[in-house]
Amino acid sequence: MSFKIMPKAALPDWVTWLKNRYRVVGPTARQGQYVFAEIASPDELVLDYPTSVLPPKKYLLPQRETLFTFDAQSMQMKANIEWEPTVILGVHTCDMHAIRLLDKVHATGYTDQHYQAHRQHTTLVSIECLSPCMEHSFCKSMGTLTVPEDYDLHLTDLGDSYGVDVGSEKGEALLQGFTAIWDPTSEDYQRINKVMAEKWPRFSYRLNFDVTELPDLLALSNNSSLWNELGDICLGCGQCTKVCPTCYCFDVRDEVDLSLTKGERTRTWDSCQIDRFATVAGGHNFRSTRALRNRHRFMRKGKYHLEAYGLIGCVGCGRCAAACLVHITPVDTFNELYRRHKKGELLEEAKQA
Amino acid sequence: MTTLLKETLKHSSIYLPTPARITAVKDLTALEKLFTIELPSGFSLNHRPGQFVQISVLGVGEAPISISSSPSRSNGSFEVCVRRVGSVTNAMHALKPGAMLGLRGPFGRGFPVERFRGKDILFVPGGLGLAPLRSLINEVLDERGKYGRVIILYGTRTPADILFRDEIAQWQQRTDIEFHMTVDRPDESWTGNVGVITTLFPKIQIHPRNMVAVVVGPPVMYRFVLMELLGKGIAEGNIWFSFERHMKCGVGKCGHCQMHHIYTCQDGPSFSYAEIKHLEEAL
Repeated sequence: MSFKIMPKAALPDWVTWLKNRYRVVGPTARQGQYVFAEIASPDELVLDYPTSVLPPKKYLLPQRETLFTFDAQSMQMKANIEWEPTVILGVHTCDMHAIRLLDKVHATGYTDQHYQAHRQHTTLVSIECLSPCMEHSFCKSMGTLTVPEDYDLHLTDLGDSYGVDVGSEKGEALLQGFTAIWDPTSEDYQRINKVMAEKWPRFSYRLNFDVTELPDLLALSNNSSLWNELGDICLGCGQCTKVCPTCYCFDVRDEVDLSLTKGERTRTWDSCQIDRFATVAGGHNFRSTRALRNRHRFMRKGKYHLEAYGLIGCVGCGRCAAACLVHITPVDTFNELYRRHKKGELLEEAKQA
Repeated sequence: MTTLLKETLKHSSIYLPTPARITAVKDLTALEKLFTIELPSGFSLNHRPGQFVQISVLGVGEAPISISSSPSRSNGSFEVCVRRVGSVTNAMHALKPGAMLGLRGPFGRGFPVERFRGKDILFVPGGLGLAPLRSLINEVLDERGKYGRVIILYGTRTPADILFRDEIAQWQQRTDIEFHMTVDRPDESWTGNVGVITTLFPKIQIHPRNMVAVVVGPPVMYRFVLMELLGKGIAEGNIWFSFERHMKCGVGKCGHCQMHHIYTCQDGPSFSYAEIKHLEEAL
């Protein structure tokens, strides 16, 4: 929509200005790591952060959320749709791609009004990543190294100022009435072009093949012995899915108070890596081994989501790799499948099955 | 007249149930009961055979339960056959007529009944598979003239597991139904067939060109019945299943029922073999 310049010196004032109007959330330093948290004062905000432990997803899909409250005696039930006008600052572009997928999932078929309420009242201020954030990220390979089209405000660090791309009316509203913002000069345009041009070479491709080949590679991999190898070392802890920005599966349970009649139905994050995730009441488990559960996760990320929603399910953030206690990583997994494919092993295993 | 689904969609949350009342409870076996559930006044269920509802016992939880009555017999109230197997179904078994439940749905894709018209229909229910299949069987029997031969091959583990005995007695007497049943393990009183469900196939003549087969049963049964049906030459698109999966939401969000890229609660639970034969984990 438009491009503006905000001097870095004006950022604290802007955050304060936003705080008067919204709940403001952003990356903050906690015990040597970075977490998205509500910003109490502008100096807590760290826009130049490597990665966050959890993605900002938690503000759209809280770890625990009440779906409705009930009185089992009177059968009164009341939906609980929660939202708070929120600005999330400093969202990396991988997480922006992830939110784009979450938007699609929750609007496909039946609309999830709980997600939608959070999402409609959330404005995202993303930031261009100018160098790799950590050893495990592979955004360049996944095509998430820059912001997707549907952003609100997008910042680019220009040294002493931020370039501010305005992508939506919601984004524009964050600047309306804030005065320390400038129209760009031709010098600013030159600067942002230089910053962007210098950025690309700093990132390297970490997949040994193009991402567009990933779904077909996985399609050949159903019977690969690699899944058993991963299953043998996987601890089944579910950390990978807990930190994933595109995971959204949930469990539902009823919680009653001491009256034993009043209570609430809640949903909490669940994980397909936990052994009973696909077990039906009669006891049959449709993914009974860690091998099958690992395969399901990687298929979901690299293939199933593309087929179901038109978007690839992994954004290359690397959080699952960083969180895995036994060093199962998507880069190693996909590259190993590719290596075996090149040697003809995948086809051989498929034939034998 | 509104439908339960329209009401569900009107709610500000897709997860909010509508209250409904149990009007009758009938013991079918030691494990299974048939519940008649009455919708609020002015509501209709308007389901298709093969669909399911999410049933809540508030304070305990919610479970997906297939609808057992046919659409034509579900005006204002409908039936579900429930095996006592998890927390929600155990709680349901403790309920008496007059007790209240929460309902959402009906969800999922039912069987494409229109496409079955004019064809011979082979029903293959195994065990509790008769519960969802009864909805389709009675739909077909309610409009018997629209279909060709009606064949039912029913198998249970033991004679004590036989569901809907009254109806089965009627099916056995009707001359326009070919009905055969078998048990895996007989008791002293049993004089009928003994063996797994596939042992019933030699008893019937199949003209594959004009036949639709609908198979619903425990996961282990599908492969064996499928081999039998394919061996008889029935087209892959005319072999239908209903899949059981763990479900929490019923609306394609919670992820539990996913197989391959498909949410069973949305694109199923009814699938033809042609649709799922390439999907890992389907069978």
